[in-house]
Amino acid sequence: MDTRKDIPEDLRRKFRPSDWIAAQSIRLVAVASLFTIFLILLFVVKEALPVFNGGAHRAAQLAAETKAAQSSSVADKSESYGDAPAVSSAPESYGDAAPSTSSALPASAAKDSYAPPSASLGSAPAASSPDDPYGTPSVASEAAATPAASEETKAPAPFRFLDLFSFHWDPVSTEAPSFGIWPLILGSLKVTLVALLFAAPIGILAALYTTTFAPKWAREILKPVIEILAGIPSVVVGFFALMILASLLQTVFGLEYRLNSIVGGLGLALCVIPIVYTLSEDAINAVPKYLTEGSLALGATKWETNFLVVLPAATPGIFAALLLGLGRAFGETMIVLMATGNAALLDASLTNPVRTLSASIGAEMAEVVQGDLHYSVLFFLGMVLFAFSFALNAIAEFYVRERLMKRFKGM
Amino acid sequence: MKKKFIGTFAMGITAASALIAVLAVVWILGTVGWYGASSISWEFLTQSPKEGMTGGGIFPCIVGTSILVLLMSVVGVPVGTVTAIYLSEYVDRSSIVAKWVRFAVNTLAGIPSIVFGLFGLGFFVRFGGGGLDAILHGGTLHWAQPNILWASLTMALLTLPVVIVSVEEALRNVPQELRSASLALGATRWETIWKVVLPNCTTGILTGVILAISRGAGEVAPILFTGVAYFLPNLPHGLDSQFMHMGYHVYVMATQSSDVEGTRGIQYATTFVLLALTFALNFSAVYLRAQLRKRSLQ
Repeated sequence: MDTRKDIPEDLRRKFRPSDWIAAQSIRLVAVASLFTIFLILLFVVKEALPVFNGGAHRAAQLAAETKAAQSSSVADKSESYGDAPAVSSAPESYGDAAPSTSSALPASAAKDSYAPPSASLGSAPAASSPDDPYGTPSVASEAAATPAASEETKAPAPFRFLDLFSFHWDPVSTEAPSFGIWPLILGSLKVTLVALLFAAPIGILAALYTTTFAPKWAREILKPVIEILAGIPSVVVGFFALMILASLLQTVFGLEYRLNSIVGGLGLALCVIPIVYTLSEDAINAVPKYLTEGSLALGATKWETNFLVVLPAATPGIFAALLLGLGRAFGETMIVLMATGNAALLDASLTNPVRTLSASIGAEMAEVVQGDLHYSVLFFLGMVLFAFSFALNAIAEFYVRERLMKRFKGM
Repeated sequence: MKKKFIGTFAMGITAASALIAVLAVVWILGTVGWYGASSISWEFLTQSPKEGMTGGGIFPCIVGTSILVLLMSVVGVPVGTVTAIYLSEYVDRSSIVAKWVRFAVNTLAGIPSIVFGLFGLGFFVRFGGGGLDAILHGGTLHWAQPNILWASLTMALLTLPVVIVSVEEALRNVPQELRSASLALGATRWETIWKVVLPNCTTGILTGVILAISRGAGEVAPILFTGVAYFLPNLPHGLDSQFMHMGYHVYVMATQSSDVEGTRGIQYATTFVLLALTFALNFSAVYLRAQLRKRSLQ
């Protein structure tokens, strides 16, 4: 401030309104664009709110039901193109010549899972069109049944928040819809586990190869090719898993269900590998060169240096890469929607069909009445996904980065 | 001897992992290319679906996807660019604000795409559209329905981090000397940005646009309930109409169409077109970025 006094008046930095306006509007846009995160959280929570207090939702549901009865033609139209909710408990199989799955759930699966009372379990009603092998007929029958049922013949027990933590997911049952999210969470976890089981070693080791062992020409091929993998749209990966991987796995291992959590997990792994690879590569590249040189100077071989010095030094970054890959796998929708069979079973088997949180939202949202309880529950699932990805990001961002900094400073 | 064997083995598994990743790419591209190229034709690209979706082409899907990414870019790119300018030119890199803003960008990038779809439905369709209807149409249902405008806005939000990150990288590559020289000549900060910095990173901004478009063309989850439709007899005629989309077309044709087996050719061919489009975009982005890096090194 003292030096400013020495500067002549006409050379001092002046206040210029245009510059100030530009700065302020840029700041405004930037803050607004980042404020959308809160907006997203706010509106997902707002739409999920009826889940938390059952009382308010009753009124909304009654209103929605009368509305649905009035506009039943609209409802019919909207439900006619989707079959997902009705088959929520029966495995879907769109593939070529699936032998067992399109008819009914075999007794084994029905035993160790729950057996919902809805018509979707194979016993297709007479209304079914003969050319449709996938269980769509039950939608037609339910769509016809819904307006009739909504005329206050039923008085279901009021929904409580804790009902969300029961063990059945059967949202479209006409007599007693149940919204237990455990099967969905378990499904998401199973698929994510399979995905990471494949993606983590491949991604990390490929990154180690690229940064350390690989000759220059291999490096120049590898990086762009794996970037290509990142650029493939998830719906294409899902289509590939549905068409090719599913048939291959079924033929090779003789699986009972064509679409299951392993197929979905493998599809997800294709999406997660580029993430793990790119971030691990950054982490390995960030390891100071003097560590490598010191290790080699002490007489360690190249592989000893890379595996026992470089890789451990990069652990925090690799851990962050795995966390972000995990978040991606947990929230990915199209791949699991297409390749996992979408049956909300509660069992530990990886070869059974699964239904994940994200796939439930994707498959059911188009069919629900807006403002309905089911609608709110789907937003609640979105909240869970949001919270999960947010937590993973926060851990990766703050905890891991801090540790990384500390580690390299301490060395 | 034994040590050497372990060394070869250790290197072998890393090389094998890399090879698996490469083979996966080749496998996907090969399959889609093989089956897709055989059933693609000029008619397929220029006709509407016929015979109850079992014949004809995907022209409406191509148009719908194009309009979607166009609207998305018109909204998302300016906002993303301005945010990147703020981050790079106005905020100190090591400050607390920068740290939190970066966290916000990363979080936004990490939110599952289906949650964006939910947000689009809750905010744009129900809140925004409902509000518009209450004002303009006296409460009758018009804007509070899924349409291409809401889908584009949702997609713009989803691709915002992509734009921010790549524009910021481009801004960082502009030499500091240019800014200092401009400021020393008496230009204001805004003049420096507008007349010196931005003209020097048009390539970077273009890269961001292309990457965002490639992402937006491929994502399906956010538009599932904000505007996409299975089949429409007409092309979109306004912001309030629904649209068809290539990715969604692949999804419904492969899982919910009335004749899944008979339309394999259409499914593969649509996948092929979608893949070709995203690839063309991605490759041009990679090329532009390489040019950019080359220039900044000089």
